[in-house]
Amino acid sequence: MKNLKAFGLGILACAFFFSACLAYAQPIRSGELIDKASAYDGQTVTYAGEVIGDIMLRGDYAWVNINDADNAIGVWLPRAAAVRIIRGGTYKSKGDWIEVSGVFRRACPQHGGDLDIHAEAVRIIAPGKPLGERLDVNKRNMAITLVVCICLVLISRRLKTA
Amino acid sequence: MILRPGLDDLKNIGYYLGKIILGLGLTMVVPIAAGLVFNEINPTLDFLITLEITLICGLILTRFCFTETELDWKQGMIVVSLSWLVATLLGAIPLYLSGHWKSYLDACFEAMSGFATTGLSLAQDLDHLSLTHNLWRHLIMFIGGQGIVIVGLSFLVKGSSAFRMYVGEARDEKILPNVMHTSRFIWLVSIVYLLISTVTLGIVGIASGMRPLNAFFHGACLFMAAFDTGGFTPNSQSALYYHSAPMEIITVVIMILGALNFRLHYHVWTGNRKEIFRNIETRSLFLAVLVTFFITAVGLRAINIYPDALMLFRKGFFQLISGHTGTGYQTIYARQFVTEWNDLALVGVICAMALGGAVCSTTGAIKMLRIGVIFKALLEDIKRIILPERAIVVKRFHHIKDLFIEDKMARSALLITLAYLLLYGAGALVGMYFGYPFLLSLFESTSAAANVGLSCGITQASMPATLKVTYIIQMWAGRLEFMSVFTLIGFFVALARGR
Repeated sequence: MKNLKAFGLGILACAFFFSACLAYAQPIRSGELIDKASAYDGQTVTYAGEVIGDIMLRGDYAWVNINDADNAIGVWLPRAAAVRIIRGGTYKSKGDWIEVSGVFRRACPQHGGDLDIHAEAVRIIAPGKPLGERLDVNKRNMAITLVVCICLVLISRRLKTA
Repeated sequence: MILRPGLDDLKNIGYYLGKIILGLGLTMVVPIAAGLVFNEINPTLDFLITLEITLICGLILTRFCFTETELDWKQGMIVVSLSWLVATLLGAIPLYLSGHWKSYLDACFEAMSGFATTGLSLAQDLDHLSLTHNLWRHLIMFIGGQGIVIVGLSFLVKGSSAFRMYVGEARDEKILPNVMHTSRFIWLVSIVYLLISTVTLGIVGIASGMRPLNAFFHGACLFMAAFDTGGFTPNSQSALYYHSAPMEIITVVIMILGALNFRLHYHVWTGNRKEIFRNIETRSLFLAVLVTFFITAVGLRAINIYPDALMLFRKGFFQLISGHTGTGYQTIYARQFVTEWNDLALVGVICAMALGGAVCSTTGAIKMLRIGVIFKALLEDIKRIILPERAIVVKRFHHIKDLFIEDKMARSALLITLAYLLLYGAGALVGMYFGYPFLLSLFESTSAAANVGLSCGITQASMPATLKVTYIIQMWAGRLEFMSVFTLIGFFVALARGR
């Protein structure tokens, strides 16, 4: 009976541990964080997305903006973690996809009331990559056709003047 | 009896419209050059195509409508209002070709928002938009802020037609006796500030950890959108992207500079610094900012969202001054206005947006000179009631020189104010028709009509097309201050029903 009780408690503990892990690992969407900012204020959250723009180093820390396709949220993280991020998303590159766990603030007292996350753990899920740009042939053809049209208009202007 | 416009009228309008279109085409050389420098092939092609379409339209109009007749007042107004519509249609082409706008209507919304210096955006995945397109978004704010017609006036149009179009673009004050010199002075002021601010913002950007090229690019874009009280930024987070107090302070200064009358700039530049303190517009602006910030701060204090006074000031004052000057930069997310701020704070910002900056500046809305005149006229009437009947009440105010308040002046100020209030209300009604709450509809409508650009989240690509068209019309009418728009409507009525 005693063993059965211990076994049952063990199962419950495992279930709690795994459900907590799952809940922790499931990133929260930016829309949810912004819409229910007061509910999440001060809590540790997991948030994932693409690093966009600059990785702004500020002393021992850094700011990165992470976009999960709905919104971008500013993440304040230690410099050591920031330097591991290689690429921020721009027109010519896809930024690193990272996951951060940290304390969410709807109005951060340290940063003048910004809505932000102070990262405690940072994981790079997928590195970014340069986005090659291929010449759009249709656009090129259209540009050439329009040059011909301009020449025709100019010729017709000349003819009319003559 | 309404007279139908004749062929000569149409030719006159077409010829000057063609000139303005050619002037607009010239400005597209800037993004093309930038595209080549940044090595962005397809964006460069987008602008090359648009430049070609613009040149074709301009060349055809100036050739087939060629005339040597000067514009009359009515034609000048019509050219101005049509120029803004045509500029929107043409300016939207490269945006649409980029694939970052879901429809051509969305691209037109963005272009009108840019030209009218509003700042509401329907861009998708803005963080991956090319530098070339981003430069164009900000450049159209710079062009629109000075005035599309100013571009044409500076290079292509001379004579009395120039002044008639200048006035039609909601600039009823000449700085210098010659309107062409006036437009060149406006460019001079803007370009000097552009250089100083780009360098300053660039240095602050580098100090904040941005890459040097990016820092100066953002600096130039931020200046164009702040000085022209536009509000676009090259990223999706608006001013929140930078997480930098110095950046916010500098943009506040630029926004205020943009909200001041160009005549005031002229007097300060020529050594008459006392004018800042004596001018009715700067006094009214100071008072209006104090009152609206007080309302906003009381609202924010009541819900205690920003417990620290400095934090409250930084968030509350930035959004307020951004709204008051008609810029639209945000350091909070659009949805936070709805979920975090209370109604009182929102009302404070709505009032600030509705009032606007100075006349002959780059701001929209009712404007401070009118508010000052109405307030003084009201005081005069109250004095008349209180004082004995024999007493002569004379009310004066100082705007560059001492002026007396006349009934005609007060009536004109009241009429324009009323027109703006109706425009704000009409947009709010359309928003409510589509199911948005009253206060949020009023917020977004005021933001569009006053050319501000602050958003509480209604402006999205998924909003109804009718609402997008409503906001486009509001931005257009609000920027041109109604007269040109009314004249254009009258012109179309005359075309349809005249004899």
